[in-house]
Amino acid sequence: MSGVLIVHSAGPGVTVQDRGRSGTLAFGLSRGGAMDRLALAEGAALLGQPGTLATLELAGMGGRFEASRDLRIALTGAPMRASLTLAPQGAVHGNAPQGAVQGGRLVWGASHLLPAGATLDIGPVTAGAYGYLHVGGGIDVPQVLGARSAHLAAGLGRVIKAGDRLPLGKDAGQGTGLALPPSDRFGGGVVRVVASLQTGLFPQDQLDRFARTEFRRDTRANRMGVRLDGAGEGFAVSGGLSVVSELIVPGDIQVTGDGAPFVLMAESQTTGGYPRIATVLPCDLPRVAQAPAGAVLEFRFVTMAEALEAERRHRNDISALAGQIQPLVRDPHDIRDLLAYQLISGVTAGNDL
Amino acid sequence: MTDDAFPRIRSVGTDGLLVSFADRLSEPANRAALALRAAVDRAGWSGVEETSTSLVSAYLRFDPLGPGAENLRARLESLLAERDWTTADLPDGRRFFRIPTVYGPDRAPQLAEAAELAGMSVQQAIDSIAAARVRVTTIGFAPGQPYLGELPEQWDIPRQSALTATVPMGALVVAIRQLVLFSVTTPTGWRHIGQTAFRLFRPDSETPFVLRPGDEAQFVPVAPGELANMDDDPDGGATSEVIR
Repeated sequence: MSGVLIVHSAGPGVTVQDRGRSGTLAFGLSRGGAMDRLALAEGAALLGQPGTLATLELAGMGGRFEASRDLRIALTGAPMRASLTLAPQGAVHGNAPQGAVQGGRLVWGASHLLPAGATLDIGPVTAGAYGYLHVGGGIDVPQVLGARSAHLAAGLGRVIKAGDRLPLGKDAGQGTGLALPPSDRFGGGVVRVVASLQTGLFPQDQLDRFARTEFRRDTRANRMGVRLDGAGEGFAVSGGLSVVSELIVPGDIQVTGDGAPFVLMAESQTTGGYPRIATVLPCDLPRVAQAPAGAVLEFRFVTMAEALEAERRHRNDISALAGQIQPLVRDPHDIRDLLAYQLISGVTAGNDL
Repeated sequence: MTDDAFPRIRSVGTDGLLVSFADRLSEPANRAALALRAAVDRAGWSGVEETSTSLVSAYLRFDPLGPGAENLRARLESLLAERDWTTADLPDGRRFFRIPTVYGPDRAPQLAEAAELAGMSVQQAIDSIAAARVRVTTIGFAPGQPYLGELPEQWDIPRQSALTATVPMGALVVAIRQLVLFSVTTPTGWRHIGQTAFRLFRPDSETPFVLRPGDEAQFVPVAPGELANMDDDPDGGATSEVIR
């Protein structure tokens, strides 16, 4: 352990997340892990550290955080309002007194320095659904069954609350003030699917209608699944309520008895009896996870060959992230407080002003 | 192999293969699934990242850009041809659990509804379920959570068309000639007919998942007050013995 991240307040859906668990499916425990896996890779690229480290997932709303040591952070996933307030110098470093620096706005999709004792405020999402706060060295809570991820549906771990002190791993990296180009995955859109085990149980006219329906993401959505609203009638297979219960994987689109499709997500059940109309490609699941309530989602069937090609491109894109990182450059007119900007860009150590 | 023949190999998403031995629960298909998964684990094929079983199927997850589905499908086909998997032995070390259960209405509100669908009085339904010695066919849905079967024919009742918002941990639910004992508090489409205090998932223990496929269980009726006394016991008053 190397210091702690102190939680002064937290939104209702803040959890520790990593890539989740492998090997527990046979015991009924799904993989879990971050809802937006691409955001994990982005955080790792910005901090120059492995993508296996644990991070904080912020569902819709962030919180107020403070670090016990100078801490490199990266903010990825759904953009949220974030700002940094420096502690009065005397209180932290015992240097010459200096007033707190108020409200330096932090660029999302970038890395920053959070000096010891400074306050990081993260507000609500401005697009998308899940933001991520990554820390240099990762959140070092103990592994349970092979991962640090909270799995709320399974009762593993819990939501983060005010007063929590999260252990920090040792940060082997350096450098902040870097940014990635913005992503377009935070407002719904077209999602590619392949046929599932049970796609063939649905009549062709329903499959056609499924593929041309503009669904809206329902307000009912969590880490288990995302409900979709279609304007017209629902979907069903004859005898669907008595289909043998069968394996479920994340991305499966299940049609429950009321005819509404559910996209099953990170903390899905591992088996289920409601028929699955299709399965979302893993590389398109972040788009589903990040669709805010009311956003339009459409589904397009692709062949297995197209799906594998998409996966190949996706992995290439992830490998290319490190090469897309640019130093944060902003118009000075946008900068409310140059002093704060300098600090958060990592140009100074924070205690030498 | 035609589409209608079993065993049948199908893809699951982009990174999985599923070998199914039937399209409805049957004892031989369940045996076959358990035995085939064990054989795949023993074979240790490269590229396979995880295996599991469901009621009538064995599942492999693999790196879709690794050895690939076609390579693994061919390996599965030759493994399947080696023997009749439906006559394989059940796993070793099976146990029989007797689990105290409160039936109906205060702790399990859907007993009367389920009994009516099964064409029984409430008392007949309790007697029928309590007398059944059922086997764990798979662990799934939630951590450590068993599907148990098979119940008498009358219990071939469908799932609900809508989900019940939540049933509590320890709930005993029924549909399609099977019981499920819930390991977590969760929504479900099955009907809640009994309540136990048996904890199936113990993440801090050395054996976090208590039941295994092949284990057997009987749900012994107790009075509601009796169960309340067991709420602090992770076994909920259950006893177990090794099946020889």
